[in-house]
Amino acid sequence: MTTVIAISAVVLMITLIGPIYRVARGPTVYDRMVGVGTVGTTTLILVCLSGWLSQRLDMFIDIAIAYAMLNFVGALVVAKYLNVPKEDVG
Amino acid sequence: MIADVLGALLLVGDVLGVLLLVGGVLFTAIGSVGVLRLPDFYTRAHAAGKPDTLGVLLSVVGLALLHGVTTLVGIKLLLIATFVAIANPAAIHALSRAALRSGLVPWSRET
Repeated sequence: MTTVIAISAVVLMITLIGPIYRVARGPTVYDRMVGVGTVGTTTLILVCLSGWLSQRLDMFIDIAIAYAMLNFVGALVVAKYLNVPKEDVG
Repeated sequence: MIADVLGALLLVGDVLGVLLLVGGVLFTAIGSVGVLRLPDFYTRAHAAGKPDTLGVLLSVVGLALLHGVTTLVGIKLLLIATFVAIANPAAIHALSRAALRSGLVPWSRET
């Protein structure tokens, strides 16, 4: 069981390369925000898995809940901020 | 007899949990490859919106099955799954709407 979860965590960490590259390189700011959202959801799973691995899942679950809410609110705030009509964009 | 049935149920829950966890990791990996490789913002938003949400859903429900659904931790994990299933597509949709309203042209093969 622990082996499966450790391998899953390692695969997820390798997977994080894609969205991080998109955050660093993305042509528009929207691409960067999509990358940030993907990093956030992947990190959400990673927090749960590391909680299982350190056998403190009851504590890490609360961190994961707070992280999910912060991820959602952050993406929503940036989307509202970027929602400007076409002629105002430079 | 009853102990046998309970043991079989626990085994089924473990196997199902591991399957769901592996499937969720697979879907998250597919979503990340899509965010990395697809040609423009809207297709990347598709990759971040659907496979990633499904990946979180499957992984968290799998962990809940492994830990036991009736405990407080399992219920909190199911709560996370519900929240992410509602919130992640909503956030991606708001972002896509902002991009479309501010004049980002969708990709096509001609341009």
